Amino acid sequence: MTNKEYIESGILELYIAGSLSDAENKAVYDKLLTNPDLLDEVLKIEAAIVQLTAAASPSDTQHLFKAVKTKLGLDDKHETKVVPLHEPKTNWLAYSGWAASIVLAGGLIYLLNQQNALKTNIQTVKTELQEKTIDNTLLEERITTATANLTEAQKLLSVIRDKNIVSIPLSGQAVSPEAYATVYWDKNANNIYLDVQGLPEPPAGKVYQVWSLTLNPLAPTSLGTIDDFANNETKIFTIENANASEAFGITLEPEGGSTSPTMEQLYTLGAVSS
Amino acid sequence: MQLETLVSQFQDKNEKAFESLYKMYSKSMHGVIYNIVRDNDLAEEVMQDVFIKAWNNSASYTAQKGRFFTWILNIARNAAIDKTRSKAFKNSKKNLQADFFVDILESNDNLNEQTNSIGIKKFVDKLAQKCIEVIELLYFKGFTQKEASETLDMPIGTIKTRNRNCINELRIMLDVK
Repeated sequence: MTNKEYIESGILELYIAGSLSDAENKAVYDKLLTNPDLLDEVLKIEAAIVQLTAAASPSDTQHLFKAVKTKLGLDDKHETKVVPLHEPKTNWLAYSGWAASIVLAGGLIYLLNQQNALKTNIQTVKTELQEKTIDNTLLEERITTATANLTEAQKLLSVIRDKNIVSIPLSGQAVSPEAYATVYWDKNANNIYLDVQGLPEPPAGKVYQVWSLTLNPLAPTSLGTIDDFANNETKIFTIENANASEAFGITLEPEGGSTSPTMEQLYTLGAVSS
Repeated sequence: MQLETLVSQFQDKNEKAFESLYKMYSKSMHGVIYNIVRDNDLAEEVMQDVFIKAWNNSASYTAQKGRFFTWILNIARNAAIDKTRSKAFKNSKKNLQADFFVDILESNDNLNEQTNSIGIKKFVDKLAQKCIEVIELLYFKGFTQKEASETLDMPIGTIKTRNRNCINELRIMLDVK
């Protein structure tokens, strides 16, 4: 079969249409490999069919290639950089930036609150500690006072019980008949312990003054004034007394005391019994 | 560039070669598909799927089986026919027009520089009914020569020569001699 006859048979048009069997296709292909005239004819038929079929398309398909590539994951670098990747990238950055800022701000506020809470706690603890310290100090003072009081009481008790100590009751006189006092005289120690529990509180500007008396002749010797009468809870005062006293008297005198007793203001008086 | 080289590069997953082949054949494939489904958007969707399928199955093409154009044309026709068999398609297009591709060609004003619009119009105007039927079945519907022979009730030899004469007419109009 000549080339012309082969072409005129119409087999090449069917070859392009895909209407031949596999064996026929293979036979045409083998001929085309060795016969450039046949191949040229095939290319022309194909070109005409491509145009004819394209003419049946009411669409411009060129722009759809992008979508094909996208579906295949073949997005070319140029487009992906400009359109789908770049924008979300900046957006993502911006969003994450904002998110980070919010988280940071939230964290800072939280930390500030925590710090304030801690400060308050510390202040509270400090205050409590101070209160505790004050309480402790007060307690210590009380203990000290109590201890001192106890010591005082024990001393008084020992004084009262001491056989060497002479007890002299001082009875109330005309100016204050209800008044009384007691002198405990430790002759060895040259001390008197004066208990003035039974005396009224002296008026302002006045103090009690203690006198040691000899009766024959009657001569008073001042043992001093009781300046802190109001503040002494036990109302027992220790006073030095090296005199050979025969009696003790207490008068109310102006502040600072007097050189001789004001007899009109003699509150208590008592003689040493032996 | 030689078509063989382009196809070979395409089979090596060269995206540039893929794009070149797409430019050459996408409108043709869309035309063939559109002629079958008669819905532009659907035809575009199927056409894209055809090229995706071609890319993914490029290794299955060999020159011994036929022309690359013919290979992708087969994929396109099968994909379009599959689409018309889908339930959704049947529900939306109960009465598919029995029109031939020439009706599209006559009303189609979207012919670009790729298509020789004057030539096509002249061809359509002159086209005899016997040409319309045979071209429709062989190129747009993918009938084998035997199927076309049975459908048109004429011997295979007659189908071949008639088709040959019709395509010659087309080539003259398109100036592809």
